[in-house]
Order: sequence, then structure tokens, then C-alpha cells
Amino acid sequence: MADYKMHLLVCGGTGCNASDSEQIRDNLLTEVEKHDLNDEVQVVMTGCFGFCEKGPIVKVLPDNTFYVQVKPEDAATIVEEHLIKGRKVERLLYKDPENNEPISDSKHMEFYKKQVRIALRNCGFINPENIDEYIARDGYAALAKCLGERTPQQVIDEIKLSGQRGRGGGGFPTGLKWEITSKSIADQKYVVCNADEGDPGAFMDRSILEGDPHSVIEAMAICGYCTGSTKGLVYIRAEYPLAIQRLKTAIKQAREYGLLGEEIFGTPFSFDITLRYGAGAFVCGEETALIHSMEGLRGEPTFKPPFPSESGYLGKPTTVNNVETLASIPVIINKGAAFFNSIGTAKSKGTKVFALAGKINNVGLIEVPMGTTLREVIFDIGGGIKGGKKFKAVQTGGPSGGCLTNSFLDTPIDYDNLISAGSMMGSGGMIVMDEDDCMVSIAKFYLEFTLDESCGKCTPCRIGNKRLFEILDKITKGLGTEEDLSRLRSLCKVIKDTSLCGLGQTSPNPILSTLDNFYDEYLAHVKEHKCPAGQCKSLVKYTIDSEKCTGCTLCFRNCPVGAIAGEKRAPHTIDNSICIKCGVCYDKCKFDAISVS
Amino acid sequence: MNKIKSLDDLRQLREGMQAKIKLRESGNNSENIVRIKVAMSTCGIASGAKEIMNFLMEELEHKAIDAVVSQTGCMGYCYAEPTIEVTVPGREPIVFGDVDKFRAGEIIEKYIIHNELVDGILPVNYRTIEN
Repeated sequence: MADYKMHLLVCGGTGCNASDSEQIRDNLLTEVEKHDLNDEVQVVMTGCFGFCEKGPIVKVLPDNTFYVQVKPEDAATIVEEHLIKGRKVERLLYKDPENNEPISDSKHMEFYKKQVRIALRNCGFINPENIDEYIARDGYAALAKCLGERTPQQVIDEIKLSGQRGRGGGGFPTGLKWEITSKSIADQKYVVCNADEGDPGAFMDRSILEGDPHSVIEAMAICGYCTGSTKGLVYIRAEYPLAIQRLKTAIKQAREYGLLGEEIFGTPFSFDITLRYGAGAFVCGEETALIHSMEGLRGEPTFKPPFPSESGYLGKPTTVNNVETLASIPVIINKGAAFFNSIGTAKSKGTKVFALAGKINNVGLIEVPMGTTLREVIFDIGGGIKGGKKFKAVQTGGPSGGCLTNSFLDTPIDYDNLISAGSMMGSGGMIVMDEDDCMVSIAKFYLEFTLDESCGKCTPCRIGNKRLFEILDKITKGLGTEEDLSRLRSLCKVIKDTSLCGLGQTSPNPILSTLDNFYDEYLAHVKEHKCPAGQCKSLVKYTIDSEKCTGCTLCFRNCPVGAIAGEKRAPHTIDNSICIKCGVCYDKCKFDAISVS
Repeated sequence: MNKIKSLDDLRQLREGMQAKIKLRESGNNSENIVRIKVAMSTCGIASGAKEIMNFLMEELEHKAIDAVVSQTGCMGYCYAEPTIEVTVPGREPIVFGDVDKFRAGEIIEKYIIHNELVDGILPVNYRTIEN
């Protein structure tokens, strides 16, 4: 039986694969065999190392040597030099960008680990249904520290100093929010956790609640202590049954340990948490609508001020914080504000969780320091675009955000940069699009979503978005005109300026950002009635080339709507008034006779 | 279950738990136990993590390997679900992605029993706050 002393890990991520990593593996195998090392060295393919820019990557175990930009012909050198003579191949080592020194042990390579997990620190580490495992990883130590050693104001000052801003989208400073509630005078105050995650493609809050529910419970108790609240409420959508179940288990365990309830840690502070279920309305992520929904009223926003910090749930001062914001709080207390604000950019501190989705190789949940560029997120951590296609845009901020293009790839991600780029942080959904995506259709998709989710209370959002949608629909059907484009823009502006809440104020963003960044595509739709990406079905036309058509009848037999006619062994024709542009004929034709325009 | 009434109580509990985990992971004692964590958030479960967890437990028992299989939250590798993390005493934890029953069997047979790596390891690509 082989007892391997060394392992060669070859990156098999899609990016590295595209640059010959399989050939590298094969060459390494041949070399290993040639030198009769089969029983001592094993070569395996791994998943993505998240450092695609320097790929292909080969890592040697157990000494953790990290070779970058390896070519198939380097295999012999690696085996002969490193494995046989025990000398690392210097020229293939990664060089520290700061001082150009080669780094051999990947454990010292901070840079290649572009992700830092703060909010996700326990996700995937602990059993979320076992409070002891949370406690073993410093769980509830932050609460103990606050109750035992600090005054509420000291804790608030620490949070303010950390520079943390709300992760739900708006980016309001967390410490300031707490301070306002703490200064409001009332017989009862509330702490609310906003777990009404509604952006299409965002699932970080669910993952945190499913993977580490205690961190949210602990932070809510800390917030309660700081603001003078004894009651906490988690507003969570009923579509998240597993998150609800794990949260319930966690609350029960915390109560059994006396970490929720009366006189926590033997101090006079009491705090308990109950759950409120939402029916999955997007607008209920807006804090005033959320509060109304919890009160049993319709989930409609109301005008601010008064802010919930002054008059919220049942008219009492209420602090509303997002799940991810709360999950980072214990770390700020345990490791100090200085640790947290050492990460990030000037105005956005700490890390942000993103749900990476769309046409990207490594779809996943990632947490990166603020200030990481989109390029690093998409091409390194995300492993680049699927199928080797060209990157077109990335949508951030969900239905309230915008699409960012190539020119923003090197912009450091933080709240302010995203806003000045015409998008926003939002809750952290990041949907990557490639050259096959039609930007008009994308804008239409988001508009359709807001249209569905608008509560209908204010006119600009209820009627304005409907009109926007109709114009977009017209354009994608090839019936739009150039005047429609200017009408779109002016209507967008009115809706932004006059809507009551964040939903309406931001709903035109997907249109405005695509108009700004992809005006040519809109023009092609209205002037030439063409969809450059070939996505708008009404604008696509299938025709049969009578020269190439052999009359084999294959298309005729496969057409689901009977739009194709013709005699056997004679050229066929497509009736475009019946055709539903399903593309079956195009796929079936063996003679390349059908073309799309 | 005893209530935690003071900071000292919490410390005691934490140290007790940490010692227990350390004991489990260092494997210097008779508890030479393989630890497997299965990522079980909604998405993991939807792609079959529950079946894999059951399969692992059955196979390990069948092969009489001392092991603890536990659930954990999302590891973040959506593109490679179901994912599991395997810690064999004395070796670094390794994450395997796209684990179906065939691969789960392979991991037990090749990696756990014979210390042979199998294709499809997911390298750690993030820093934690401990270091």
C-alpha cells in the first residue's frame, strides 16, 4: 500500500483549467512515474484556490510551497528540483508585491486569502444547534464583557469608534443608531433584528441565521443593554423554515443557560427574544414597513421622521439592525474597535458578505474587506466568467442597485464608491452578467420585481413604476422609439424624487444605470429594432436559407407551433407571425440552413 | 442544564468545552476520532447533504471507524455543494466539494483509511479572525 510522503495539489478551478492545468497534472504524473516516485508522491486536482490571476497554481504538501503561473513544461523542473533534490523552484514562487521577495510557505501569504471572515466566522465551523460549540469559540463572552465591565455608553462608544455601518443596505452608522435609541426616554424600548432578506439572489442573512444563530442573539442582547431595551424581536420571513427552526433552538438553549431571560450573568439586566414571521413582502425590509407588519398592520412604510429610534414598534423607541450587522457586533466587542476599523476603507470599515451569483464559476458566499475591488471578487474569488465568456456587467444592490461595467472593475467596493458609480451596496447580492445578457431585459426584470413588490401606498411608486415597466416592455418588443428613452429618464427622476420610501426612491436605479452604461444597447432596440445580445425574443427572427435547405423536414416535424411549412425535398419557410422563437429548428437543422437575426 | 450566573461560569464552561474539543482534535489520547462536518444550510440540504450525512454515518459504522459526523452551517462554496470537512487526527482539516455517495465512499476508503488525497479538494481561501 502506498504511503504518500508528499502531495502535489494542482488547481482544477475553471480559471486554471482554461490555462492547461490538466496538462500540468498529466505532466507531473508522467514525471513522478519516470522517477519511480509513485509510492511516495500523489498528484491530485483541487478546487479553486481563489487566486486565478496568478494561475495555474500548484501547491506542494506538506511544506505548503505555493507555485504560481506554472506551465506544463515546468512539471519536470518541479519534480527534479523540489521533489528529488529538495530545492524549491525559486522562479515559480510567488513574489511579495511589497518587496519582491519570494514567499515559499503559503501560510504567510496573506494576500492570497482575499477573504476575511468576521460575520461568517462560525458558519461552517460550529454546529449551529449546539450552544456549547458557540461558547467554545468565545460565544457570549462579548455580552459578559459588556454587562460586567462596561457601561452602555462605553459599549456604544466602542461601536461608534469601530466605524461599523448598517449592512442591510443603507449604511447608517450602527453606533449612532444605538445612541439615539438609548437617549430616547420611554417605559419600554425594543431591539429588532431585520431578517427580512428580499433581494433576488441574496442569501447571506439566511446563511448566518442557519450557521451561527447565537451570534445574532448575543448581539441583540448587547444592543438591548446599550439602548435600555428588555425585549427583542426577530422579523424573519416565513420562507426560511430552517433558519427559523435553528433560531428557535438557539433561543431555547440560551434561555436554559440563563443567557436570555431575567438577571443575565447575575446582573440586573433582563432580555428576551421572540420571533415574528413575515409573509415575504420585499417592502417589509424597509424598517417602518417592517414595524407596521409586526404590529399586525399592513406592511406599508410611513414617512420618516420620526425615526424608529424615537418612535417605532408600538410607538416605542426601537433599534432595527440587519442580521449581518448584528453578527459582527460580538467581534467588535471582543477584539476591540481598533481591530475592526483597521480593516476597510476610510469611510467603510470592516468586511462585507456578498452572495456571488450569475454567470460566474465559483458561485458562493464570500466575505471580503471593504475596499476589495470588483475585479478581485469576480476574477479571483469568483474564478471568472462561466464558459470563458466576456464579462459584461455586475449588478449590485438588488432591485435598488445598478449595473456596473468594465470601467468599474478596479473601483474599491465601499458604500460611497458604489453610490457614486450609480449603484449601491444593498444587502450584498452580486449578480454577474456576461455578453449574452441583454441589459434592457435585465432592467425590465428588476422593474417587474419592484412592480410586484410595491405596496401601492404612494402614487409615484405604484403608477410610475408601472409606466416604466410598460415602456421597457415596449422597447423589448421592438416597438420603442427614441422619445421613449428620454421619457424613461425623466420619469425615473420623478419617481426617485417623490416616492415615500426607499423602495420607490431606488427602484429606477437599474434603469438609470443601464441607460448610462449601455445606452447603445437601448438605441439598438429602438432604432434598429435589434437586440444585440439576442435575448429579446420579439426582436429575433429565424429564417431558412433556401439554398442550404434540403427539405429534410426535420425542422417541420420538431416545430411545436407549426410555423414551418414546405414540401419534402423542397426548401421550407418559417411563418414569423406564428413562430414563438423557441429555437428548436435552429438546434435541429443539420445543414446550417437556419439563421437568427 | 446549569444556568450561567456570572462571567466566571461562562469562562469555566468555555474552557471546559475548548479542552474537550482540543482533546478530540489532538488525538493524543485513546479518542482517535475522525471528525466530519457536513455543511447543512438550506442550500446544502437541497443538494443532498442530508443523504450524504446519513451515508457517511452508515459507512463509517460499517467499516468500524471511530468518527463523529456533525452538521454545521454554510461553508460558502455554493458551486460545490454538498461540501464536507474531514479532520483526521494529526492532519489538517480538508474540505471536499461536490460530495455524492460515490465520492463519500472514496473519501472514506482513500483519504480516511489510506491517507491518499482524492481529486476535488477545496483549498481554504479565506482568513479567520483568530490569526
